[in-house]
Amino acid sequence: MFSFILRRLLQSVLVMAAVSALSFSLFNFVGDPVNNMVGQEASPEDRQNIRDALGLDDPILVQYVRFLGNAVQGDFGLSYRSKQDVSDMILERLPATLELVAVSAVIALVIGVVAGVYTGIRRDSWLSRSILSVSLVGVSLPTFIIGIGLIYLFAVYLRLLPSSGRAGVTDLGFWRTSFLTVDGWRAIILPALTLSLFQTTMILRLVRSEMLEVMRTDYIKFARARGLSDRAINFTHALRNTLVPVVTIIGLNIGGLIAFSIITETVFQWPGTGLLFIQAVEFADVPVMAAYLMFVALMFVIVNLIVDILYVSIDPRIRIGSS
Amino acid sequence: MRHLKTAALAVSVSVMAMTAAQAAGHGGKTIKWTSQGDALTLDPHSQNEGPTTAMNGLVYESLVTRDPELNLVPELATSWEPTEDGWMFKLREGVTFHGGEALTAGDVAFSINRAKQETSDFRTLITSVTGVRVIDDYTVELVTDGPNPILPNQLTNIFIMDSGWATENNVVRPQDYAASEETFSIRNANGTGPYIITERLPEEMTVLEANADWWGAGQFPGNVTRIEYRPITNAATRVAALLSGEVDFVLDPPLQDLERIGNTDGLRYETVAQIRSIFFGYDQGAEELRTSNIEGANPFADVRVRKAVSLAIDRNAIQRVVMDGLSVPGGMVASPGVLGWNAEHDTPPAVDIAAAQALMAEAGYGDGFSVRLDCPNNRYNNDEAICQAAVSMLARIGIDVTLDALPRSQHFPKIQNRETDFYLLGWGVPTLDSHYIFSFLMQTGGSWNATGYSDPELDALVEAMLTETDIPARTAMIEQAWDIVQAAEPYTTIHHQVLAWGLRDGVTVPMAADDTPRFRYAVVE
Repeated sequence: MFSFILRRLLQSVLVMAAVSALSFSLFNFVGDPVNNMVGQEASPEDRQNIRDALGLDDPILVQYVRFLGNAVQGDFGLSYRSKQDVSDMILERLPATLELVAVSAVIALVIGVVAGVYTGIRRDSWLSRSILSVSLVGVSLPTFIIGIGLIYLFAVYLRLLPSSGRAGVTDLGFWRTSFLTVDGWRAIILPALTLSLFQTTMILRLVRSEMLEVMRTDYIKFARARGLSDRAINFTHALRNTLVPVVTIIGLNIGGLIAFSIITETVFQWPGTGLLFIQAVEFADVPVMAAYLMFVALMFVIVNLIVDILYVSIDPRIRIGSS
Repeated sequence: MRHLKTAALAVSVSVMAMTAAQAAGHGGKTIKWTSQGDALTLDPHSQNEGPTTAMNGLVYESLVTRDPELNLVPELATSWEPTEDGWMFKLREGVTFHGGEALTAGDVAFSINRAKQETSDFRTLITSVTGVRVIDDYTVELVTDGPNPILPNQLTNIFIMDSGWATENNVVRPQDYAASEETFSIRNANGTGPYIITERLPEEMTVLEANADWWGAGQFPGNVTRIEYRPITNAATRVAALLSGEVDFVLDPPLQDLERIGNTDGLRYETVAQIRSIFFGYDQGAEELRTSNIEGANPFADVRVRKAVSLAIDRNAIQRVVMDGLSVPGGMVASPGVLGWNAEHDTPPAVDIAAAQALMAEAGYGDGFSVRLDCPNNRYNNDEAICQAAVSMLARIGIDVTLDALPRSQHFPKIQNRETDFYLLGWGVPTLDSHYIFSFLMQTGGSWNATGYSDPELDALVEAMLTETDIPARTAMIEQAWDIVQAAEPYTTIHHQVLAWGLRDGVTVPMAADDTPRFRYAVVE
């Protein structure tokens, strides 16, 4: 087990290095940050001085090695845009993103599993059919449109919820949370719903197809023959067996939620890391982009590592196969 | 138990009363507003950028400022006059910083010098200032390297800091670009202005409360005592915040949503012509264009080709179709309100395809030519759509244009590095004086002159107007310079931008052509 984790950790370091190299090669194309850093009156010499000070004219490889050297020491530099410490900026924004992701994961799980089980068992009812067609809309409409649609419905017409922003935040010192006030919950509903829609649909369809398959298996038939109640069959025997792949998928998708949150956060002005990244891209704020991409890569690596470890402990076959 | 309950009730009632009083600011009003971007820093000399200057302008003040009609008016200086060596400013007495320190001439000298540091983004505005002489506590002289008739115009965004506060917090210089740690003044401010920042969460919410000790209290028509600013990046979300009543005022609603705002009960939008002209630039200095099929010659070097382009562009169609009516078609790179603007030069030629084709043929390009047009897609109102319209209009006179629309961080370097044949650019004029246009865009080697346009006669005039203090003579020079530029057509102007603000009824914020909300004049009913 220990050697397995160690091997995985080494692979993770390689992944991080690959991500950083790849993202750095892309920074060649984001344009010139200096133009955004100074007013239109700045002289060409001023611009050149800044470029020299930041080492922007160095070959991209030199810039990359310099970045890696600093990053290994935990120093991601200062943002070109706000001149603040990049690590601080990401850490300040992280609670907003993590809370958003957590709430949407819960929404996706609850709605996805309940609706998936229902449509799996009652597959010909009109409600199942309408759930399935609505869920198609969920996967096919872009997040941006769904977000704006929800804003207009709930904030502009019904005036039930705030249209954007993160109101009602309580500062715990180390963590700024939305969970302790009513305003905080009201503000998080729409963005979390928007972000969860795609995952909900995926879980719904996964649970449904797993249910359909499990319901055809012999042990369900036997259970039915034994005269067990529908309730016991559906929820105790069938659902439990469908959940194994669902849990795996959800684990892997937490990383996806963080990545998807870029668009949701922009639409709802949710002050998380995704919004930070979009603003950095527009400004060509390379230190923030680099640090954010490293952070997302780290998230994926950690989540994958955890899932792998869980796999090993859940499924003995992998343990045997690996040794 | 009963007593306890009553006591608790009494406490909660008084707490409620207190919060209400605070919210209303003793009879004052709250305004909630939004725009696209948050201030990047609170350091007053670090970033010369619209939203940053707008925010810092509520907290900090300059010697002179502009009113909503953009007239120069006193702020921290009460009067100013030119001297042998520069300009003399009389300071307002009894002004204190938010921290309680009194404003003196020493603070002004310190701030001007700070704004001249290499790490300041405002230093090019005051390059002519060579030193500051403190005459007495309330008199200060800015020494210039020669007469500078428009120095007061250049000082409107040079904010004054407290020298003691800056020294104490180790921010005597704006932060270095290559610094490894952020400085105190990035997130903290101590100005003399009408508002004090009481809460600031970058990109989320900034709350400002009226400064009770402000020198101008009671002298301005405004009644806003609390400002809540929430930046909203996404345009549709910004409009939704206004439609849902969460904000009172949107600075930059997208043009296509204005009708919707106007048609909503209780909301309205207002427009004003902005000081920003949108125009095409041509590389007329190069031997050969980089992106053209013509070899060995540069079609844009011939003024007839540039005039033909101007004749072929249907500015009224662009105004009607691309801009939804929200632009003012124009013919010069100066908007109304800038000294040197005149209606005759600013009247664009009527569309005349036949005449344009004749000019092209005369210049030897009757069969047309191809060229690439470089265009930003996130800087000006509908910038990319303007370029698209121009592509089809220029096809009518045989110019085969390939459009390359890019984000601003990729577009502007092409202009600065002189890597473009044909490009779209917009130019605002903070000094409201034509010299600012000539020196950057038309003078030989001007830092934004990517056209290669060079005229010794114009250069001499531009140099002369820099130091000419006789106002009528100087104005005549500006007129003469415009005659030269208009004949040479180094740029072809499309239009001047129009600003639109969305407001809730009962909220009045005087519109200004520089897109700056001046809350000391704002009235909330």
